[in-house]
Amino acid sequence: MSDVIKIKRGVDIKLVGEVESSFAKPMTVKTVAVKPDDFNGVRFKLTAKEGDEVKAGTPILYNKDHEQIKFCSPVSGEVAQVVRGAKRKILEIRILADKEIQYEDFGAADPKSLPREEIVNKLTASGCWPFFKERPYNVVADPENEPKAIFISGFDSAPLAPRMQTLLEGNEKEFQTGIHALQNLTSGKIHLGLNENGPSSPFFAGIDGLTYTKYDGPHPAGLVGVHINKLDPINQGETVWTITPEHIVIIGRLFLEGKFDARVRVALTGSEVNDRKYHETVLGAAVKPFIEGNITEGNNRIISGNILTGTKIEEDGYLSFYERQITVIPEGDEPELFGWVIPKPDKFSISRTLPSWFQRQLGEVKYKLDTNLHGERRAYVVSGQYEEVFPYDIFPVQLIKAIMINDIEAMENLGIYEVVEEDFALCEVVCTSKIPVQKIVREGLDMMKQELG
Amino acid sequence: MKVLQNFLDNVKPHFEEGGKLQKYWPVFDGFATFLFVPGHPAESGGAHVRDGIDLKRTMNTVIMALIPTLLFGMWNVGYHHYAALGMDVTFFEQFLFGALKVLPLVIVSYGVGLGVEFIFCVIKGHQINEGYLVTGMLIPLIMPVDIPLWMLALSVIFAVVIGKEVFGGTGMNIFNPALIARAFAFFAYPAFMSGDSVWINTSAESGQAVVDGFSGATILGEMANTGTSSYSALDAFIGIIPGSIGETSVIAIMLGAGLLIFTGIGSWRIILSALLGGAVMGLIFNIAAPYALTETQQAFMAVPFWNQLIVGGFAFGIVYMATDPVSGSQTNTGKWVYGFLIGFLAIMIRIFNPAYPEGVMLAILFMNTMAPLVDHYVLQANIKRRKKRLSKQEVGA
Repeated sequence: MSDVIKIKRGVDIKLVGEVESSFAKPMTVKTVAVKPDDFNGVRFKLTAKEGDEVKAGTPILYNKDHEQIKFCSPVSGEVAQVVRGAKRKILEIRILADKEIQYEDFGAADPKSLPREEIVNKLTASGCWPFFKERPYNVVADPENEPKAIFISGFDSAPLAPRMQTLLEGNEKEFQTGIHALQNLTSGKIHLGLNENGPSSPFFAGIDGLTYTKYDGPHPAGLVGVHINKLDPINQGETVWTITPEHIVIIGRLFLEGKFDARVRVALTGSEVNDRKYHETVLGAAVKPFIEGNITEGNNRIISGNILTGTKIEEDGYLSFYERQITVIPEGDEPELFGWVIPKPDKFSISRTLPSWFQRQLGEVKYKLDTNLHGERRAYVVSGQYEEVFPYDIFPVQLIKAIMINDIEAMENLGIYEVVEEDFALCEVVCTSKIPVQKIVREGLDMMKQELG
Repeated sequence: MKVLQNFLDNVKPHFEEGGKLQKYWPVFDGFATFLFVPGHPAESGGAHVRDGIDLKRTMNTVIMALIPTLLFGMWNVGYHHYAALGMDVTFFEQFLFGALKVLPLVIVSYGVGLGVEFIFCVIKGHQINEGYLVTGMLIPLIMPVDIPLWMLALSVIFAVVIGKEVFGGTGMNIFNPALIARAFAFFAYPAFMSGDSVWINTSAESGQAVVDGFSGATILGEMANTGTSSYSALDAFIGIIPGSIGETSVIAIMLGAGLLIFTGIGSWRIILSALLGGAVMGLIFNIAAPYALTETQQAFMAVPFWNQLIVGGFAFGIVYMATDPVSGSQTNTGKWVYGFLIGFLAIMIRIFNPAYPEGVMLAILFMNTMAPLVDHYVLQANIKRRKKRLSKQEVGA
């Protein structure tokens, strides 16, 4: 049995473009990329060169500060290109995939019989380690820390999110093995959050080693940040790790088969996608095959991830490491005459200054939203707005202001250790002053990490 | 629409970097964004969709909430003018007279205020902010109709420069700028801001004369002096009483309050708690009335608490001024305390110091100063909880 925690504050932004429950025809993956920008708090060292032959699991990058943490190729093939940006910063390492994937052999093992050290070694060597994110700071976990708990969210409450059951089905054994490995990494609990309402996930039934908690309420109910805040908030000096169920499956495969088998399922969503289905692919796959000829004409934005926390990518871009969906929505770059006064019904708003609220009272409305900001950036004027969508025991605006003025002590006092960027995504959406909240939170986390390690 | 957009695109280069009028970019930008919400899409990271609300829409909602008080105020000015002269005229004539008296005040307020704001933006190279749109409407509504235009202009300049721009512009100010304008006029030109002769326009043309026994005193003025009033509570509720232009009608203010609360732009917590605070103070005075020192004060203190809430600027102040999110408390708990104390202090000042019957103005300005302190204690509670959790965990370890 599990407890139910009610989440009152938050909002579900219902959008046109949900994924259908079926799978698309399998497509062979031709190119993949590893994008260093997906990972926070890592100083990278490149070990692969253009032209190198790699296997799935061959390290191509490592972390200079923790040399044992490798970032590995998810497929076998040839390193085709290392794309660099300003100051020779590595942006992408593109790899041409073989038709038949060859795997590095890390050796199968039963995680229950291995000591923590060997589990860490296996995970770090095989490219599985970056699946663990560490709070505070939302960085790739430090293997020397022992987290007080590991949090997993068993449902995704973000707009147009895929169903966890569909993403995971059939991998029960792998998931269980992965959980056994996790049990060796912490002496604390491994928490799994499930939703009280909405689609159920029989997948998670009967998995041992987990502490189940149910959550009832709108987004951000599915974020691990909310789960941590409600169950076991992070204090100064503590660490908590988070990981997604899909990645636990990959860890499970590592222990069952001894290989870095980075196959994942992603959902193709958004109003501008014609055929919205689930796809079997691998981490970092090129998105072009999914969307080519499958999106409407016109100026669209392709997002790796969901509309709240994803990253804009180009049509020839690649799936980000931690994302489970691709969303395509219209770009909103057209000026709008008197757009600030006309009460157009196609805009979403949590305030009642637009028809949006009335429509929602009449029944479920699905919006087709574009990326326009609907206004310009301003100083903070309106108060009480973030609190409507922020179910944490934290004062959001005050924390953001503390970050803006680089006040380390205030940030610490107001709870910066407990939060990451995604926790503030809805605040950013509803902000009247159009403040880039998530970016500011990231800057704050970087600043804290730099100051305090 | 296309024509307009093309025109803007054509003149834009002059204002951009390297253009002849580069210095005036904020002015161009102000007009361009007034016409068109710019086609700025979200950044490549962070949230990709945004709420349809922005500061312009927010301010516009407040202005719409002020419209009932403005229209009623116009009519009320005309009504009292003709009543004072003993003339029987139509509703339309009353309204027209008032409109012709009030519109110049509105125009001067906006003209001067936005002018100062534009100058500041050009000097500092800032974007023009929407904050003054509301302030500019509020200022004439809290002035007596007969205030000379130059005094109004000076008050506006003082409010924008000292009340807002020195702090860094919209969103940074400590005090409500509109109240700063009123406070400035109140202390600089008391003869034009208080007393019995400023609230009703009695300018008579040839052949017209003020009727015998006319008094232009406001209810609060009468009460403070005599303890009673010649107007009924119903008059005060409807608003057929002398006073600042927009403050008289509780009905019109309630319409505005309804819109502000419904849209969520005005904090219901502040409005409700201010009402409570005023009622509590009024009740305390009702109970304490027998112990008053003078007879007039006794009578004033004995005015039923609910009657205190519908006279003077109390209702207008708590609905439109106390709810200013920038100068008020910003935490939800803080809003309760902040609002309550505004109501409480407003009635206290009103009764204890008859020289300042407009207690609500001073109460709000005082609480503007105190708002950060209130928030500080609310935050401290959260911080203490966090520290306690930490120490508990350390003991446990």
